[in-house]
Amino acid sequence: MDFLYGLFIAPFADFAFMQRALFGSLMLSLGACPVGVFLMLRRMSLSGDAMAHAILPGAAAGFLLYGLEILPMTIGGLIAGIIVALGAGAVSRFTIQREDASMAAFYLISLAVGVLMVSIRGSSVDLMHVLFGTVLALNNEALTLIGGIVVVTLASLAIFWRALVAECLDPLFLRSVSRMGSPVHFIFLGLVVLNLVGGFQALGTLLSVGLMMLPAAAARFWTVRVEPMCVLAVLIGFASCIAGLLLSYHASLPSGPAIILSAGVVYFFSIVFGSRGALRARIVHHRHRTA
Amino acid sequence: MTNACLTFRDLTLGYGSHPAIHHLDGIVEKGSLTAVVGANGSGKSTLMKGIVGVLKPMEGAVVRAPGVRTAYLPQQSELDRSFPARVVDLVSLGLWPKRGMLGRYTREDRESVGKALMAVGLGGFETRPIDTLSGGQLQRTLFARVLLQDADLILLDEPFNAVDAKTVGDLIQLIKRWHGEERTIMVVVHDLDLVRQNFPETLLLARQPVAWGDTKETLRPENLLKARRFHEAWEENAPWCEPSEHDHGHDHGHDHDHHDHARTHDHGSGPRAA
Repeated sequence: MDFLYGLFIAPFADFAFMQRALFGSLMLSLGACPVGVFLMLRRMSLSGDAMAHAILPGAAAGFLLYGLEILPMTIGGLIAGIIVALGAGAVSRFTIQREDASMAAFYLISLAVGVLMVSIRGSSVDLMHVLFGTVLALNNEALTLIGGIVVVTLASLAIFWRALVAECLDPLFLRSVSRMGSPVHFIFLGLVVLNLVGGFQALGTLLSVGLMMLPAAAARFWTVRVEPMCVLAVLIGFASCIAGLLLSYHASLPSGPAIILSAGVVYFFSIVFGSRGALRARIVHHRHRTA
Repeated sequence: MTNACLTFRDLTLGYGSHPAIHHLDGIVEKGSLTAVVGANGSGKSTLMKGIVGVLKPMEGAVVRAPGVRTAYLPQQSELDRSFPARVVDLVSLGLWPKRGMLGRYTREDRESVGKALMAVGLGGFETRPIDTLSGGQLQRTLFARVLLQDADLILLDEPFNAVDAKTVGDLIQLIKRWHGEERTIMVVVHDLDLVRQNFPETLLLARQPVAWGDTKETLRPENLLKARRFHEAWEENAPWCEPSEHDHGHDHGHDHDHHDHARTHDHGSGPRAA
């Protein structure tokens, strides 16, 4: 019993920084995982990845001007992310270029600018910090920020749920019955940026998209409806955060990668064993029904 | 004229600077059932998109009578079949005009979804994932959604593609039921026999309207021949459509249409009143 307590409970009970890390990452999962589900269903998984990179120059600008402070870096990241999301979204809406190409173009430019800016002032340690985050150093400001983002995300999802589903399922139909199509698209992109920015303090700009995409991708293998998929993604996110933090505590590993890696393990498990996964699809059915 | 559901005023629709519908004038009457026929690229789908408002006119206007609710079944649906949704979820989208984005679905709403599915012969398909439907079943599902939209103006763009003969019959019955309910319906169809048997009015398109009115009149051999001579490809260097020239053409076309239409009206209202 003591062994189990030491393994699972003690790290969180004994250390305030672990409690903060747990609290922060669980909140993050609550908002980011459902957003990830829609990102995946809209086939924008790589756009999410691109957007995570796009946040870098904004965060770097904040870092250049104010040093390693959360608020300026977050606001900078938010602005950069929104510019890239709107720019890429507008290019794909109003020209013949698809979103994947415009997104790639915008984020590559953005990433180059960001790395240049960080390297002008900081050391490579700073660069690592911005790229990979520090979930173990979440202060009150960061937790408040994440809390706010979660509330905004869940409220927006609740309000725009039906429009979002319609926009994913049959965009032309939505355009024929309402003018919500374009606004919903941009609101959704806004939510993606918001959650990536929320995640970057904890997980870094490169890995914050991991907590968004991996649980969603794993949940896809278990259910055929959107609502349960979102719930499942959040649960997988929770489990990954707890497992990742414990792993990082006991094995002295960096916490961000440990969390994402835990989600990765769930993802691989789901690919193979999920009710719509590889194994189920490969099993030859010797029996079939009459109709 | 007060009876118009749709009014086209010198309507030009197109892509780039090339028109796909060129200076269309005329009215679609309330409660009429019109087949839209023409060769590939003659502007049928473009006209539908223009009416719904998905495509903005290059010139002129489509005027919908105030308060007209429109349902549109596109030829090339942008439906994502891999999206994890069930048949009910897809059909329930048809409740949008009634419930909007936030309104809760009531028990009557759910019952009406079930009834709409029964009407297209898909009773019991409620919980089937949409990626397991066949092409024809999906088409009928989309019909159920149109049914649920309870629209005054119904636009169907090639609804009979990939649909078996029996289902075509079922869908035609459904369209006739709508017609009986005084809804205005426009259907893009390729099968001229089907048009002759079931549609009182026909619009024959070849970028410009070749003929518009009573089906028997419109589908006369000389009109069909005229439509067949239509040149599908647009030319990069086609001359610009000059205002003076088009005014002339427009006046001419308008008179012609108007005339045609007045006759159709007489013709059409006779049997309906009987």
